[in-house]
Amino acid sequence: MSAQIVPGAERKLKNRISIQMSISNSLTMAYRTLLLIRRTPQQLFDVTIQPILFTLMFSFLFGGAISGSVAGYLPIIIPGILAQTAITASMGTGVQLREDMDKGVFYRFKSMPIARMATLAGPLLADIVRYSIATGLTLVMGYILGFRWVSTDGLLLAGFLSVFAAWCLSWVFALLGVVMKSAQAVQGISAAILFPLSFLSGAFVPTKTLPSWLQDFVNVNPLTYVVSAVRQLFTQGTVGTDFWLSLAGSIAIVLVFAPLTLRAYMRKA
Amino acid sequence: MMQQGVQGQERQQRALAIEAHGLVKVFGDNRAVDGVDLSIPTGSIYALLGPNGAGKTTIINMLTTLLKPSGGSAKIFGHDVAKETQIVRQLISVTGQSAAVDERLSATENLTIFGMLLGLSKSQASKRAAELLVEFGLEEAAKRTLEKFSGGMRRRLDLASSLIIQAPLIFLDEPTTGLDPRTRVQMWESIRRMVASGSTILLTTQYLDEADQLADRIAVIDHGRVVAEGTPRELKAAVGKATLNLSLADEKEAPEAARIAEDVLRVKTSRPEANLVTAPMSDPDSVTDLLVALRNAKIRLATVSVQEPTLDEVFIALTGDGKDAQAGGAKA
Repeated sequence: MSAQIVPGAERKLKNRISIQMSISNSLTMAYRTLLLIRRTPQQLFDVTIQPILFTLMFSFLFGGAISGSVAGYLPIIIPGILAQTAITASMGTGVQLREDMDKGVFYRFKSMPIARMATLAGPLLADIVRYSIATGLTLVMGYILGFRWVSTDGLLLAGFLSVFAAWCLSWVFALLGVVMKSAQAVQGISAAILFPLSFLSGAFVPTKTLPSWLQDFVNVNPLTYVVSAVRQLFTQGTVGTDFWLSLAGSIAIVLVFAPLTLRAYMRKA
Repeated sequence: MMQQGVQGQERQQRALAIEAHGLVKVFGDNRAVDGVDLSIPTGSIYALLGPNGAGKTTIINMLTTLLKPSGGSAKIFGHDVAKETQIVRQLISVTGQSAAVDERLSATENLTIFGMLLGLSKSQASKRAAELLVEFGLEEAAKRTLEKFSGGMRRRLDLASSLIIQAPLIFLDEPTTGLDPRTRVQMWESIRRMVASGSTILLTTQYLDEADQLADRIAVIDHGRVVAEGTPRELKAAVGKATLNLSLADEKEAPEAARIAEDVLRVKTSRPEANLVTAPMSDPDSVTDLLVALRNAKIRLATVSVQEPTLDEVFIALTGDGKDAQAGGAKA
């Protein structure tokens, strides 16, 4: 029982965490987030109920008015909802990060010899699962309603783009999660950002129908480009300018917000 | 051979687990910790004793890299807590006041994740988790989420989490607060076991008997300062001498007994009760003379006892704040 441990003064230690350890720590934290999702499936409401509900609701509510029929509206609405649900799901990342950081277990994480960024990188990594569920469910709903895509490659690329854009945007909400004091505050601010972003885009209506001042806003809204790119992938199966613009914009968001978020997080942790 | 022994001893003495000089932490205009010096040798149990709000937890938070000191410096096995944070974190484990475990996960999942974060593989981590759950009597509750755990079970799991890999220096912030007496004794046994296998322990407590029972040395903390430091025995001796209690069979003889006691011991006596005479006792030998003198005067005694000063008295005397100390003492 009383095997002696190596005395503290005789240990050779380095004052930094290796890259392998940082990756391993991040993967462990991602595993932890997945366990939490499995334990509390309520966390998946926003990525399960919303795609199903929105697809049905918008298709039948606006289908006749905008495109003359539900079937005619599907090529407009499905790419829109695809992008919208994935991006709404990314808002949940910030809220859950804030909630998690208030838990007592973070006291232990902070005193452990682990990479500081792992507690941030882990949940962000694990949330890719959430975005994939949102994207997959929207596509299944669309298929049931009669939506068809022209090529599998297009379908896969469209799915990838939605998930990737959502992941990139989740860094913005992660920053809010780190900086704001309460989960409710994060929720409130995130919703205020997300509503105009998702509705004032090309997601639900053809942009040509909008007044010109609104078109200006829609044209600078990055989500518009994601939606257009996804739409092109579905209907023509081709990669266009919108695709590359969306990809570049998403990467730009990460390049700006990931360092900001990490810095804010390190200062607190 | 002998020289080697001496050198070894010197090295031991130099190997301080914790060394702090003038540690200060200021929150706004509140000096929560106000110039604390600590020097804690490897392999000892050291207690920070003080009322709520004395600054004990703030000291721990600075020593464990969770808070940056506003002033002063501290070293853990020679490594600066502000500059070599990652080294320090590899040398310590912390069990805080509130159980730092994830309530939404099961006991096994908690321990496995902590183990993996410490560099164990998933199978090593779950094996270690299973061992610890048996050791802390939690194996039956292993799969349940902690929401259904009692307070005592959470504390035990919290301690188990700190022992996945036994650290050379273990911080325990009020480890037994809110535990039932049986679990408390178990906790004390765990603490002694950790020291036996080579760890150094710094614990905080408001319970005086806990510090008395466990600690090799105690620092009494009040208003962010160390107001006294020493072994439990030294602290008690610093405050007062033992007291001799003479309880008389017949209370009418008490004034006469008091007069004889003052004569023989050459001290002032007091009579807290009608049949009780008490006197400060400096020289145990003189008590024999007193007992002989009392027999010669045909004064009959009901009981004779010697009372050591308690740490409660030490605490009240040192902090000069009877209320806080009594509150702590009453809970103990």
